[in-house]
Amino acid sequence: MFKRLRESKSAQGTLLIIPTLIFMVGMLIIPLLLTTVVSFGHPNANGGVTYTFSLDNYIRLLGFTNDCPPGIKTCFTTLYLGILWRSLTLGFNTTVLDILLAFPLAYFIARIHPKWRDTLLFLVLVPMWTNFVIRVYAWMMILREQGVINSLLGWTAGLLHVPFKPLGMIYTPGAVLVGMVYEFLPFMILPIYTSLEKIDNSLYEAAADLGASPFRTFLRVTLPLAMPGIVAGTILVFVPVMGTFIVSDLLGGAQVILIGNLIQRQFLDARDPTFGSAVSLAMMAMTIVATYFYTRKFGFGEEIVV
Amino acid sequence: MSEFAIELRDVVKKFITPEGNELAAVNHVTMQIKNGEFFSMLGSSGCGKTTSLRMIAGFEWPTEGEVYIDGELQGRKPPFLRPVNTVFQSYALFQHLTVFQNVAFGLEMEHTSKNDSRRRVGEALEMVRLTGMDKRYPKQLSGGQQQRVALARALVKRPKVLLLDEPLGALDLKLRKEMQLELKSLQKEVGITFIYVTHDQGEALTMSDRIAVMSFGKVLQMGPAVEIYERPANRFVADFIGESNFLDGSVKSVKDGQAVVYISAWGQELTGIVTSKVNVGDEVAISIRPEKIRLSDQSTPNAISLDGTVVNSTYIGSDTHIYLDVRGQRLKVWEQNRVSTLDPRAYYQNGQKIQLSLVPENTLVLPKE
Repeated sequence: MFKRLRESKSAQGTLLIIPTLIFMVGMLIIPLLLTTVVSFGHPNANGGVTYTFSLDNYIRLLGFTNDCPPGIKTCFTTLYLGILWRSLTLGFNTTVLDILLAFPLAYFIARIHPKWRDTLLFLVLVPMWTNFVIRVYAWMMILREQGVINSLLGWTAGLLHVPFKPLGMIYTPGAVLVGMVYEFLPFMILPIYTSLEKIDNSLYEAAADLGASPFRTFLRVTLPLAMPGIVAGTILVFVPVMGTFIVSDLLGGAQVILIGNLIQRQFLDARDPTFGSAVSLAMMAMTIVATYFYTRKFGFGEEIVV
Repeated sequence: MSEFAIELRDVVKKFITPEGNELAAVNHVTMQIKNGEFFSMLGSSGCGKTTSLRMIAGFEWPTEGEVYIDGELQGRKPPFLRPVNTVFQSYALFQHLTVFQNVAFGLEMEHTSKNDSRRRVGEALEMVRLTGMDKRYPKQLSGGQQQRVALARALVKRPKVLLLDEPLGALDLKLRKEMQLELKSLQKEVGITFIYVTHDQGEALTMSDRIAVMSFGKVLQMGPAVEIYERPANRFVADFIGESNFLDGSVKSVKDGQAVVYISAWGQELTGIVTSKVNVGDEVAISIRPEKIRLSDQSTPNAISLDGTVVNSTYIGSDTHIYLDVRGQRLKVWEQNRVSTLDPRAYYQNGQKIQLSLVPENTLVLPKE
């Protein structure tokens, strides 16, 4: 047996992936199957699940409900589809804003003298040393009614003797967007930096030499060569934004409910794991479909640009 | 149209080294490169040849002095506004574009029409013998083919001057030799001025109409290959271009382009050709090329005959390299193997006594600097 292992590259490869395989089967595949089974069931009175095969949870998610005005048997609500749509648009907006913020910074770091690069990359990562939730709390401190921004504005208004009413920033969709953009920015900076850093200076020179202005060099050379990084960053940002509930919970309050919050409430407040499971799977399907079409167009961002 | 394609007037380029010192990479260089010329800048790394080229391309701006292209002062004009194109040492091909798109890139920037562009790219690819490769990506090509794409990409723009920065450096020897001849005939064909930067003296001698030998930011000598090799301006050039035997001496007399030099190590006077101005009493170097020493008894009228001992001899195919001890001085002599034989005596033996003759027309009297 050991002899075979020594001689067979594929046997060695199999051996190497076994630990991960066990972990993934135990922690991902089996729970996913359970979630699927549960999503077809019904909640029972004591918070458990009655296993059936029913599509009721999915029908409910699409907005069909029996909870109608008197005299009508089935009616339609956009409540859940609205939440799905809101999550999708938030994911999209966060990703676009992160690209716009990350690109110039990544470009700057990639083009600066190498002796500064490590320091700057380190600074990009420093916030990650703090807990995710604590960073969201920090944004609460900044955005809330007596928070940093309102205090500063109030103080300035006081100096100028003008009346001041605190701005209502927290518990708005904008606050959630700001929080999301902030939380996931490093995941956009790093892959874009990686692909920009690989672009040899002579390529910029060659473009200029061939008559390309800096702007056209950017469009024809820099941007296409940075695409793998942008794609990788987009996947790293979009997918978690779709599922996170902490940011919207703390910065959005009851105003901004996303899929993540909906799922969390089904499991913890509404005690309906079956509907929670159905929403989870729907979200996953949505993310996979979005990622599939995106990567079909742009690739996975795995190409090594020499 | 100006007589000169490129003119550098007293150009200086200073850099700050990582230690914070100021370094003149190019130190008061003046060059005039004629239209249609194949001009090489030759020197070892750090001699300022690439910096000079980059100042013509516009990637660097001179600290002092001026660059003229076709008689027009360039000043701080950016590269994309200069009528020159560069073939980079690393080729700098766009990996995300096909061969066709790479070559068409420069035309696209000029807003050349689609039809025109397609025709010109086709011609350029034909010129570098890459027809049919237009849909490939650079990664799918060999080093030599990538090199040709880089060449086509620059030539398709029909530049006033083509700048080549060690373009053959990454190729293997055989391919390099082929490309040298190809580049040379290509240059004749298109009639564009080529400025070629290289550290390879063989390459420079093979291809160039004129060569500028550079060292430490200065031009030591500028002229046709034969002049650089046969009449080097000083000891450095003679040493850098080809191989040479050097003997130290002092000038006794100068007359009619010849000088008599006393070689103290031999206690003997040698007569040689003067290439740069030397005065009586100057400490100079005598330079004799190894292939220009004759090992034979039949001495010519004005030759000086010396006795030597073979210290080492190496058979290298076309030649035999013989290292001699001549009165305490080491001399190297290259002899062509003109007769096909297996007899070891034909290729000299260690310890063999030998007579060599030095003639004034093969002896050069060179300033040490």
